[in-house]
Amino acid sequence: MKIVVPIKRVVDYNVKVRPLSDQSDVDLNNVKMAMNPFCEIAIEEAVRLKESGTATEVIAVTVGKSDSQEQLRTALALGADRAILIESDSLLEPLAIAKALSKVIKEEDPQLVILGKQAIDGDNNQTGQMLAAILSYGQATFASEVTIDGDSASVTREIDGGLQTIKVSLPAIITTDLRLNEPRYASLPNIMKAKKKELDIKPIADMGIDTASRMELLSVELPPARQEGIKVESVAELVDKLKNEAKVIS
Amino acid sequence: MSILVLAEHDNSNLKPATLNTIAAANALGSSVHVLVAGSSCQSVADESAAIDGIEKVLLADDSAYENQLAESTANLIQSVSADFSHILAPATTFGKNVLPRLSALLDVQQISEITEVVSEDTFKRPIYAGSCIATVKSNDVIKVITVRATAFDPVNASGGSASIESIDADGISDLSSFVGEEIAQSDRPELTAASIVISGGRGMQSGDNFHLLETIADKLGAAVGASRAAVDAGFVPNDYQVGQTGKIVAPDLYIAVGISGAIQHLAGMKDSKVIVAINKDEDAPIFQVADYGLVADLFNVLPELSEQL
Repeated sequence: MKIVVPIKRVVDYNVKVRPLSDQSDVDLNNVKMAMNPFCEIAIEEAVRLKESGTATEVIAVTVGKSDSQEQLRTALALGADRAILIESDSLLEPLAIAKALSKVIKEEDPQLVILGKQAIDGDNNQTGQMLAAILSYGQATFASEVTIDGDSASVTREIDGGLQTIKVSLPAIITTDLRLNEPRYASLPNIMKAKKKELDIKPIADMGIDTASRMELLSVELPPARQEGIKVESVAELVDKLKNEAKVIS
Repeated sequence: MSILVLAEHDNSNLKPATLNTIAAANALGSSVHVLVAGSSCQSVADESAAIDGIEKVLLADDSAYENQLAESTANLIQSVSADFSHILAPATTFGKNVLPRLSALLDVQQISEITEVVSEDTFKRPIYAGSCIATVKSNDVIKVITVRATAFDPVNASGGSASIESIDADGISDLSSFVGEEIAQSDRPELTAASIVISGGRGMQSGDNFHLLETIADKLGAAVGASRAAVDAGFVPNDYQVGQTGKIVAPDLYIAVGISGAIQHLAGMKDSKVIVAINKDEDAPIFQVADYGLVADLFNVLPELSEQL
């Protein structure tokens, strides 16, 4: 079984992002970039399926600028067999990304597509579900456990009330939640090996899809700041403040 | 053109986030319809019809919608979409599962998790875990939107008398099927609806120690939450998680115990009205958003707090 894992290059999760001074966008000058954490979980799950003998090949794909090759190399170092960059000079919206991914997936014809449930930049949580719709695949989002069972997958999903298990026919889209697995670190020998693995670059212009923006970003600003708080010295003082100053308990 | 809100429910009762979503719909226009897709869910349709200001309830009552799986639900909404300028759902795991699929079926770019309606095509939404707020304008003909419930006050659940129109099931899919679920049972209020939340982090050291929080929660009528670190460590199940990728809460009072305050956690609770932080590390970032900070060992503080309440 072949697995395609779409991934995304994003700002490292430790970076506190701020607006540009003219508020036209976020300031991404000289910030550290990394693979989106949910995508690392997706790669890990695919690689584990390969290690257990369920999958035969893992292909990492991304849609982005040339520098996204860095994250594809990370995916290769983590165990993906080959990688594809769908190269685009402009940043695309999830719908356009899903369309571009669908083209590659139709070509590769995998039995499973695993991707992160959301990217920590736009926090959209859309691409997997959109991709499933475009490909007319079933979807199992927010997965915390995946079992492949012949021509279907049994997936436990993290939902607001607890856990839900569904069965989805293959090929299918699975999106990963935090507790699906704990991703490994790339070892130095594997990082060296990854440099020799195949990485194809396909210009997005050749894909025959509409990538025009549907949304305009009008401004980016900081959220309203909270008023500075105080330190209390004791539990008694805390209870008194909550009762008599904040009036949030009685 | 009317505005459609997808109801979230369990075939018996409407989920409260639906009322917040309707509030966002009311900010967009006056003709708001609610779609109830479920199985043996007439009571949910009746409940929806009674909501203040609803014009019409569409009821698709079919066994295919019992668990409201994404494939069939998205196809159903698509079948009625031509009548609507906006289609909204709560930004819960339910809405987040269904709406992007619908959005791609309609070939429109969804606007996720809005926190403010600026105009009928312009919205505010948090990005980068709430570090920034983006104002975006959608140029799509149909706006598909998920709504952050805590950003909108719920509409009145009574006072309305909308008509209920039954609609046929359409586009039933067998791509996925329901196997089972484990829904947490608790006598405490739901995290996202509670007016007081007390959450524990890695500092709680074990799941057993969460009883210290539960005792206080029961005295205050509060819900119990947790940071990602506490959930990852296996102290408590996933439905406790407050944060960027867990639940977003904005209660009147949020008490963070043994939580350091990673950006990802702050994203889920920093719109709470009053924040209390209890942590023995005085440099913990949680104190930067706290109205009242207490630097102390939580294992001393919690029994004392419980006693004084």
